[in-house]
Amino acid sequence: MKPAPAVVSSVRGELALRCTGLHRYLGQGEGRVHVLKGVSFEARRGQIYAIVGPSGCGKSTLLYLLGLLDQPDGGQIEINGHLMSNSDDLARTAARGAHIGFVFQFHFLMLEFTALENVMMPMRKLAKMPVGEMEARAHALLESVGLGAKSRRLGTQLSGGEQQRVAIARALANEPSILLADEPTGNLDVKNAGMVFDLLTSLAKDRGQAVILVTHNPEIAQQCDLTRPMRDGVFV
Amino acid sequence: MSPNLRIAYRFLTAKKRAMLMSLSCTILGVGLFIVTQATTSGFEAFFIETILGINGAIRIEDKIQDTMRSMEAASGSDFQVRQREGQKYIEGVEEPQQIISVVSEFANVRGASAVLRGNVQLTSSFTTKDAQVFGINLEDHLRVSNLAEKITNGSLDEFRGSPSGALVGRVLADYLQLGVGESFVVFSRGESRRFHVSAIYETGYRDVDKANVYLHLSEARSLLRKPTGATFIQISLYDSNRAPGEAAHLEEVLHYSVKPWQVREQTWLTAFRALRISSAITVTVFTLIASLAMFNTLAMIVLEKTKDIAILRSMGYERRDITQIFMWQAGIVLAIGAALGALFGAGVTWAVGRVPLPINGIFKTETFVVAWSARHYVEAVATAIVMVMVASLVPARRAARLEPGDIIRGTAQ
Ligand SMILES: Nc1ncnc2c1ncn2[C@@H]1O[C@H](COP(=O)(O)OP(=O)(O)OP(=O)(O)O)[C@@H](O)[C@H]1O
Ligand SMILES: [Mg+2]
Repeated sequence: MKPAPAVVSSVRGELALRCTGLHRYLGQGEGRVHVLKGVSFEARRGQIYAIVGPSGCGKSTLLYLLGLLDQPDGGQIEINGHLMSNSDDLARTAARGAHIGFVFQFHFLMLEFTALENVMMPMRKLAKMPVGEMEARAHALLESVGLGAKSRRLGTQLSGGEQQRVAIARALANEPSILLADEPTGNLDVKNAGMVFDLLTSLAKDRGQAVILVTHNPEIAQQCDLTRPMRDGVFV
Repeated sequence: MSPNLRIAYRFLTAKKRAMLMSLSCTILGVGLFIVTQATTSGFEAFFIETILGINGAIRIEDKIQDTMRSMEAASGSDFQVRQREGQKYIEGVEEPQQIISVVSEFANVRGASAVLRGNVQLTSSFTTKDAQVFGINLEDHLRVSNLAEKITNGSLDEFRGSPSGALVGRVLADYLQLGVGESFVVFSRGESRRFHVSAIYETGYRDVDKANVYLHLSEARSLLRKPTGATFIQISLYDSNRAPGEAAHLEEVLHYSVKPWQVREQTWLTAFRALRISSAITVTVFTLIASLAMFNTLAMIVLEKTKDIAILRSMGYERRDITQIFMWQAGIVLAIGAALGALFGAGVTWAVGRVPLPINGIFKTETFVVAWSARHYVEAVATAIVMVMVASLVPARRAARLEPGDIIRGTAQ
């Protein structure tokens, strides 16, 4: 990654994401479950947040809503000051491409593509720079997650942890103001987990991104600016 | 390369085997479409060329006599209702020379020839056969037909110089076992007269070659006891495609029934068209299979790639992009299929046109007649594009409708 630009200090502290009273029901008929029961949350640029809680408490469900991948049954979501929960698919898609980076808990990569192509994929859609620049940037991102040497490998030729790191690099491709990561260190050994966390921290501190991650790792949660414990669909 | 095309290409290459069915059927569909169109329209063109060569583009026959009924619409009114009750035709052309001089004024008219026709019986030393004699003025008739090119034995010069000379069709000559210089007797209305074969012609159009005998007009007049007039006037045009318009114009000017070749040969032309269309429909079955196979393969790829679709959607790819990615896959198969199909079609067309394959039905040819026309290729490819694209639209749209959230949770329908 290139060194942090000076403009960052001006955006740091700005409100990047706000949700209020989010409700989400999942399943149908008898199996219908009230998964999120009124979640409110704010994330500011330059800060790193941890959402923790037992398995099944609704962390991933919340993250999908914040990442505009799913629609809430109640409540509101604002991204960079724009109310997104009522907007149409096209607007939400555009916001995902330009403002949000998402790292899934499982299935990370498009396996027929190389690591480099995966990272370039969001840039190609946004088409904000020449292809040569995209490639250089993708290389730098892979380098920063320790995979510079494996950039030409297909998704199928990478381990689970390596795939996860490529997915992180890809989530950063378009320099999103908000990074949402569902257990980004879940499949990683201590050394790599530390490296990924350092990367995320530096993004928040140097680039002024709002980083929200779900984690089971108490050590990592402790190092975040703010930890929000969750239980049974609500923050406690 | 656009990102969507790039993704489509990669998805496709991962599923090469599944696409093979669709690809091969596209090749067959496009190729065979081209071949059938090339052969059927080849024969059609051959027929038209032959028929124009023999019978000309336009024929003037039968004088029209309108029977009019006039009445006044209302007292004091200027209107007169003229009702055409019906048309009476008077057979034949009364003043051929006069009409020819009028017709020759038309810019598109290359030549006009008065012809006197009659049914006769021909007897050679071997056998007897019904035939038709055509009394012609040779120089006029050469301008409205390609008779000169069709002479296979003997010569037109001999015909020019001898009043009792005759031009006999190949099939008829063979039937009567007549050679050049040999004589035969023509019977008509109790009259008999001896002629000799000046030349034998072969147009390749069997109906003509087995029945038509050309005589000098003056000889035909006395044989058929028709001292004046003609049965019809045959006209050739510089641009035969304009025959219907010219015919309508002539009809108006001359008050004769004037038939362009498109009307005269309607039965055959309709048969050719029906053949061309039915063969096109038949081979379109391959294209149909190609489109079904494409539907199937794309539906399969959509199922296999739902996760990739969710990932793409999560990073800003729109529904439209997802549709495009799948339509591009169909597009790639179509492009390859159309190119190979066109090559295959051209190859087979070429081969079919070369293979010595004597045909002896209504026509006589030594090889299959093929027509080379870009239209066949365009039509073949357009058919494939429409059918395959329509079939692909269904899975492509389905893929685009998938919600990323549903996919990730595994509840996508
Ligand atoms: N399609 C569904 N129908 C009904 N309930 C569902 C459905 N999908 C998820 N759930 C329920 O929603 C709850 C929240 O799921 P979620 O994936 O958000 O949990 P999580 O906090 O991310 O857990 P983990 O830490 O194991 O990833 C769970 O109790 C789960 O059983
Ligand atoms: Mg989860």
